Amino acid sequence: MALKIVKGSIDRMFDKNLQDLVRGIRNHKEDEAKYISTCIDEIKQELKQDNIAVKANAVCKLTYLQMLGYDISWAAFNIVEVMSSSKFTYKRIGYLAASQCFHEGTDVIMLTTNQIRKDLSSPNQYDTGVALTGLSCFVTPDLARDLANDIMTLMSHTKPYIRKKAVLIMYKVFLKYPESLRPAFPRLKEKLEDPDPGVQSAAVNVICELARRNPKNYLSLAPLFFKLMTSSTNNWVLIKIIKLFGALTPLEPRLGKKLIEPLTNLIHSTSAMSLLYECVNTVIAVLISLSSGMPNHSASIQLCVQKLRILIEDSDQNLKYLGLLAMSKILKTHPKSVQSHKDLILQCLDDKDESIRLRALDLLYGMVSKKNLMEIVKKLMLHVDKAEGTTYRDELLTKIIDICSQSNYQYITNFEWYISILVELTRLEGTRHGHLIASQMLDVAIRVKAIRGFAVAQMAMLLDSGHLLTGNMQRNGICEVLYAAAWICGEFSEHLDDPMQTLEAMLRPKVASLPGHIQAVYVQNAAKLFATVLQKHEGATDSQAAQDTSQLLIERLPLFVQSANLEVQERASCILQLVKYIQKLQQKDVEVAEEVSALFAGELNPVAPKAQKKVPVPEGLDLDAWINEPPSESESEDEKPKAVFAKEEPKQSRARHIEVDEKELARRREARKQEQANNPFYIKSSPSSQKVYQDAPGVEHIPVVQIDLSVPLKVPGMPMSEQYLKLEEERRQKERADKKKKDKKKKKREKRGKGKRDDSGPESEEDITPAHQVDIVTEEMPENALPSDDDDKDPNDPHKALDIDLDNLLLGNDYRPLADSEKLPVRTHRREVLKSPEEDGDQDGITQEAKRRSSKEKKEKDRKSKEEEKKKKKKKHKHVVEEEPPEPLSEEPVQSEESAEVAAPPTSTSAEASDLDFWLSSAPVPPPIKEALAPKTSVAAAPDSEPDVPKDAEPDEEKSLKNKKKKQKKEKDEKKKKKRHHHHHHHGDGGGGDSVQNGTVEEEEEEEPLPPMSNYCLLAENSYIKMVYDIQGNLQDGSQVVVSVIFENKSNSFLKSMEFNVLDSLNSKLQRPEGASPHDGLVVPFQLPPGVSNEARFVFSVQSIVMPQKLKGTLTFIVKSEDSSTHEKLDFKLHFTCTSYLITTPCYSDAYAKLLESGDLKSSSLKLEGLNMPFHHLLARICFHHHFSVVERIDSCASMYSRSIQGHHVCLLVKTANQTVSIDAKCDEPSLLANVLDEIKQTFSQC
Amino acid sequence: MIKAILIFNNHGKPRLIRFYQYFAEDLQQQIIRETFHLVSKRDDNVCNFLEGGSLIGGSDYKLIYRHYATLYFVFCVDSSESELGILDLIQVNIIQTHVFVETLDKCFENVCELDLIFHMDKVHYILQEVVMGGMVLETNMNEIVGQVELQNRMEKSEGGLSAAPARAVSAVKNMNLPEIPRNINIGDINIKVPSLSPF
Repeated sequence: MALKIVKGSIDRMFDKNLQDLVRGIRNHKEDEAKYISTCIDEIKQELKQDNIAVKANAVCKLTYLQMLGYDISWAAFNIVEVMSSSKFTYKRIGYLAASQCFHEGTDVIMLTTNQIRKDLSSPNQYDTGVALTGLSCFVTPDLARDLANDIMTLMSHTKPYIRKKAVLIMYKVFLKYPESLRPAFPRLKEKLEDPDPGVQSAAVNVICELARRNPKNYLSLAPLFFKLMTSSTNNWVLIKIIKLFGALTPLEPRLGKKLIEPLTNLIHSTSAMSLLYECVNTVIAVLISLSSGMPNHSASIQLCVQKLRILIEDSDQNLKYLGLLAMSKILKTHPKSVQSHKDLILQCLDDKDESIRLRALDLLYGMVSKKNLMEIVKKLMLHVDKAEGTTYRDELLTKIIDICSQSNYQYITNFEWYISILVELTRLEGTRHGHLIASQMLDVAIRVKAIRGFAVAQMAMLLDSGHLLTGNMQRNGICEVLYAAAWICGEFSEHLDDPMQTLEAMLRPKVASLPGHIQAVYVQNAAKLFATVLQKHEGATDSQAAQDTSQLLIERLPLFVQSANLEVQERASCILQLVKYIQKLQQKDVEVAEEVSALFAGELNPVAPKAQKKVPVPEGLDLDAWINEPPSESESEDEKPKAVFAKEEPKQSRARHIEVDEKELARRREARKQEQANNPFYIKSSPSSQKVYQDAPGVEHIPVVQIDLSVPLKVPGMPMSEQYLKLEEERRQKERADKKKKDKKKKKREKRGKGKRDDSGPESEEDITPAHQVDIVTEEMPENALPSDDDDKDPNDPHKALDIDLDNLLLGNDYRPLADSEKLPVRTHRREVLKSPEEDGDQDGITQEAKRRSSKEKKEKDRKSKEEEKKKKKKKHKHVVEEEPPEPLSEEPVQSEESAEVAAPPTSTSAEASDLDFWLSSAPVPPPIKEALAPKTSVAAAPDSEPDVPKDAEPDEEKSLKNKKKKQKKEKDEKKKKKRHHHHHHHGDGGGGDSVQNGTVEEEEEEEPLPPMSNYCLLAENSYIKMVYDIQGNLQDGSQVVVSVIFENKSNSFLKSMEFNVLDSLNSKLQRPEGASPHDGLVVPFQLPPGVSNEARFVFSVQSIVMPQKLKGTLTFIVKSEDSSTHEKLDFKLHFTCTSYLITTPCYSDAYAKLLESGDLKSSSLKLEGLNMPFHHLLARICFHHHFSVVERIDSCASMYSRSIQGHHVCLLVKTANQTVSIDAKCDEPSLLANVLDEIKQTFSQC
Repeated sequence: MIKAILIFNNHGKPRLIRFYQYFAEDLQQQIIRETFHLVSKRDDNVCNFLEGGSLIGGSDYKLIYRHYATLYFVFCVDSSESELGILDLIQVNIIQTHVFVETLDKCFENVCELDLIFHMDKVHYILQEVVMGGMVLETNMNEIVGQVELQNRMEKSEGGLSAAPARAVSAVKNMNLPEIPRNINIGDINIKVPSLSPF
C-alpha cells in the first residue's frame, strides 16, 4: 500500500501542475490550441488513475482551461469524485471546479446530494463552508428541496462563519424551491438580530433581495429594519437597508414620513459618499411617494438637490454620473427645484465622458419649458455641430426631436422655428435618423394646419437644393427626409408659390438613384403637383403652359417606368398613361383640371400608430385561416417599403384607384364620396377652405383665420366648444395684432441670420403666446378600440414564485400556520409499494391467519419504533419551524390577539400587524396596551389567502338552523367557533340523494334525512359575475384533476369573451391546448346572457398531491351592454385541497383488513369535540365532502376508505361517543393524511 | 445581486471569471470579449459605470469596473447593489472596506498580474470569502484574510506524505529551468500595482 502511494508520488513528478500548465501555455503563444489539446489528453490520462491527488491536480488544471473557454463538462463525474475526497485540499478543488461548470443541465448533479449533505454536517467548518459556497453556484430545484432542511439547521450553527454562509445561500434555495420560504422565514428574521455582524449583514442581504421583488410582503419588517438602521454602523448593511426602504416607501407613505428625519441626519453626518448617495436616493423615493399628499418637504428637496450639486461638481466622474442619475429622479416630481441648476447640467454636456453627457441629455429632456426650449435646443444644436462620434451625434439628434415633440409639442410656441430646426438637422451627414426627421416633418405639417404654408415652402427648398441627393443613398439615411418633403409638397401643393419649379425638381434624373420607396412617393406627388399646375393655368386660360407641363411629365416619367422597383414602375406607368390621355384632351381644348385635381381631393387625417392593432377582430373571423390556398413557391415580392409612416396607408389605396380607367374611376369616386358622407368619422374636405388657402399669398395667412370655422358648420368629431375657443383666440389675436407683428418680424430676422441671436428677454411663461394656433389634430382611433392590455410583467420571472404572503406567518389574527405539507422535506426511507387491496384479498388464506398475526405483531412493533423515530424527527422539525400554537385555527382572532398582547414584546410575531400600524402612526416605543386600539389596516384585515366565506348563498331556513346549532355549540365550547366556511351549502345541485355515496346507502333506512350538501365553494365574485368551483380527481389519469367552475352572470349585461387563466406552479399546471404557450388563457366556451349560469371544466395536471395548493388566476371578460362594452377582470385563488385528490373508491372489508394489517400505513388521529349531529350525517358529510366510502359500520363506529388519484390508500376509523368523534386514520403518505385530516376538521368546525 | 465578476488584462485575456448565473462556455467567452470591448475603449478619467452589455444583463444591469495597471476588474451587478459600494468593494475607498484588491495584497504580499495568472485557484478561494452566490458575504477585511489564512494552513497541514514530494518536485522544476520563467516574466514584473492608500 505504502509502496503504491510512493509510486503514485513518483509518477506525479512528471505530471504538470497548474503553474506548469500556465507556463506552458505562455510558452506556446503560436500554437496555443494545439498545446492545450495535448494537455487535455494528458489530463484525461491523469483522470483515469486511482490516485485522488493526481485527479485533483487534473481537475484544477481543467478549471483553468474552463476559464479559457474550453468545455469541461465531460469531466463532470471526475469532478464529483474529487469533491467527495475526504481531504479538504482536494474537496476545495472539486467544489471550485463544480461551481464553475455545473448547472441545472448537468446530470451528475443528482449524484452529489448525499455527498453535499455529508459535507454540510461535517465537523470541520471549512468542509461545510466549501460545500455551501459550491452549492450556492449550482443549486438546482432538486438539490434545494432535498437540502433545504439541512441548510436551515446550519442557520443556527455555533460558528458565525457557517451561519452567515447558510443564511446567504437560503436566497438561492428560495429561488429554486419557493415552498421553502414560508417555513424558513421566521428563522431568517431571527438572524437579523444575530450577535455576529457578518450574519446580520447576510440576513439583511437576503431579505433585501427578497423584498426588492415583492416589497409588500415585507412591509411588516419595517420597524425591525428601522431599528437596525439607527443602530448599525456597518455602511454596507446601512446601504442595503436604505435601499430596501426606498423600495418600501411607495407602498406605505407613512413609513416615508418616519424615515425623513433619520435619513437627513445621516446625510448630514456621514462621510461615506456611497452611503450619502443612497440616502439621497431614498429621500427622493420618499418625497416621490409623499408628493401627492404632503407638499411640505421643500427643505428636504433643497437638501437633496444641494448635495447632488456637490456630487455633480465633484471632480470624480463617478460621483458626477450618479449625481445626474439621482437628479433625474427628482426631476419627475419636483422639476422646479432642478431647473434652477440648468447651468450645471448644460456644463455637463461638455464633459469628455460620453455617459455623463448622455445622462445630462436625459435631464434636459425633463427640464424644458416653453420659456427655455429654444435656448436649450440652440445649445444642443451647437453640440451637434461639435460632436465627433456619429453615435453621440445621433443621440443628440434624437434627443432634440424628443425634447421638442414631447407631450404633443407642448413646449413649442413657434412651429416655424421647429420646422427650420428640422431643416437644419438635414444638413447632418451620415446620420441614421433620417426617417425620424422625416416623420416629424410629416407630423407637424399634417397636424398643425397653420404651418403648412411655411412648411411647404421649406420643403420645396429642400427638394430644390439637391444637397440631399449627393449624400449616401442608404436606407434610413438623411435622404429619407426627401420622402417627407416630396409628400408634403404634393399633398399641400396649393401652398406652393411655384409648383412648376418644384415639379421639375422632383423629376430630375438624379432622383432615380434614391431608394425605391422614396421614388414612389416622388412619382405619386409629381402627379399631385401636375394637377395643381393644371388648375392654376387653366384658370388663366394659359393652355400652352399647361401643355408644357404635360410634355415635361411625358418626357421624364419613362425614367421611372424603367425602375427596378415594382412600386415605382407601377405608379409611373399608370401616371404616364394618365398624362398621355390628358394631353390628348388638352390638345382638343377640353378642360381637364377639375377632374384631374378631383383625383387627389380630400383631406388626410393622421391615424394613431396603434389604431390598426386596436380594431377588435369580429367574432367568427379567423385571421390565420387561408383565404386561398397558399402558392407553392414563394413569390418574388419586391421589397416593399415598410410602412414607416402611418400616414402612408390612405395614399396607397388611392394608388389603386388610379390603375383603373377614368369611367370606373369616376364611379368609384362617387361611391367613395357616398361612403364618406355616411361615415361620421371621416372629416369631410371643405373645398372652400382649400380655395382660401390658395388665395392667401405666402406666409401672410398664417395667423389662423380658418374660414370654415366661422361657417356654422358642425365639423364632425370636433366639439363645438373648441370652435368657440378658437374664435376667442382669434379675437385675442386681433387685439394683440400689433405686438405680434413685431414679434414675427423679429423672429423672421432671427431665422434669416444664420446664427440665431438669443433675444428672448425675461418673459414670463404667460407672456408667451404661441405664434400659431396649434391646431394639433388628434389621431384617429377605430370604433370599439380595445383597451390596451399591456402586460409587461415577465411571467418567467423566478421571483414571482417567491411572492408568498409571509405576514400570515407573523401576524396575530387569522394567521395561517405552516401546514405539515409546508414543512421542509426530511429524509425518510423509501416505502415499499403497496399491493392493491383486491389482490391481497384474493390471496387471503385462512390457514395463514395465525402466522400472519404473529408477523403482524412484529410489524406493529417495527412500525411503532419507526413511528417513534419519526416523532423525534418531527419534534426536531417542529423546533425548526418555530413553535406554533397547536391548533391556531380554532382560536378566535380576537382571542389570539389578546393573548399576544398579554405577552407582547414589541417584536412578537403575533402582534406584528397592529404593531406596524402603531409604529407608523405614532411614538417610537409603543406601549403594548395601545396596540389593541390601533386601527386595523388592510395589512391586518385581509387574509386573502383564506378560502372565501360565502355570504348569502344559503337559503334562510338553513341559516337559522345553523345559527341554532352554533348557539348550542357556543355554550359547550367557547373556543370552537365557526370561523371559516370551507364549503357552502345550498339547494339545487348536489341534492340529498347523491350525497350519500356507495357503501353508505344500505344504512339509510331508519335515519333522519340529510341536509342538502354541495361541494361547490366560492371562487370569486364581483358585481358582474360569480364563480363557484369544485375539484374532482380524474379517474383515468393519475396526474390530473378536473376543476368544474360555474359562472353565474349577476349583472344586467351580456358577458362574453371570457378567458380563464391560471398562473401555473411547478406542481400544478393548467392543461392548455397543444401549441398554446403556458401563459395563454383558456377561452370559456360560452357566453352568458344576464342572470344565466353555466359550467365549464378545466383540467389541471398535478405532480405531487401530498399537500394542498393554491393557484392564482384571473378571469377576463367583456361586459357588453346596449351602449357600451367594457373589459373587466376578476382575480381568484384556486384552492386545491388534498381532498380533491381523493376519489371515492369502494372497498371490501376483507381487503380493507388486509390493507391495515400490511403495516405499511402510517397512522394519525383526530378528535372532534362538541359535534352535535347524527352519526350518519357525519359519515355522509365525510363521504360527500371528502370522497370517502363507508366500508363497514357497526353502531357508532365505522370504517371508511378512499384512494388518491396516485393510488395512496386512506383508511379512516370513525368512532363517536358523547358528541366527541375520534377519527383514527392510516395512509401510506403521512403528509397527505395529515392534510386530509386537517380538512376534515375544518369541514366540521364549520357546522 | 452580482451576476458576474470578470478579471482580464489590457489585452482582454481572462485572468479570472466567475459567473453567478449559468452561461455556456462559448457564451462566457463572448461576454468577456464584449465586456472587454466596452471597457477598454474608455479613458481612465471617465466614470466607472457602464450600462450593461447586450449579452449579459439588460436594462437593470450595470457594469462597474476598476482599472489597475494591466488589469480590469469588472463586476456586472443589478440595481440592488450600490454602485459606489461595489467600487469600494473592488478598491480601497471612502468606507473602511478595502476588501477585494487589498485582500489580494495581503495574501500575495503585492498583487500583480502574474500572481493572478499562476494562482487563479487561490484568487478564487479569496473571492469565495467575499462574494458568495452573487451576494456580498463579508466586507470586513480582517475577517476575510483570517479565514483565507486558516484554510491555507489547513491545506498545508493536510499535505503530509503525498503532497511533500509534489512540492519538492515543483521546487526542483523551478530550479532546473531558471531561464525559461524568468525570461518570460521580466516584462511582466514591472507592472506592479502601486500600493494604494486608503484615503
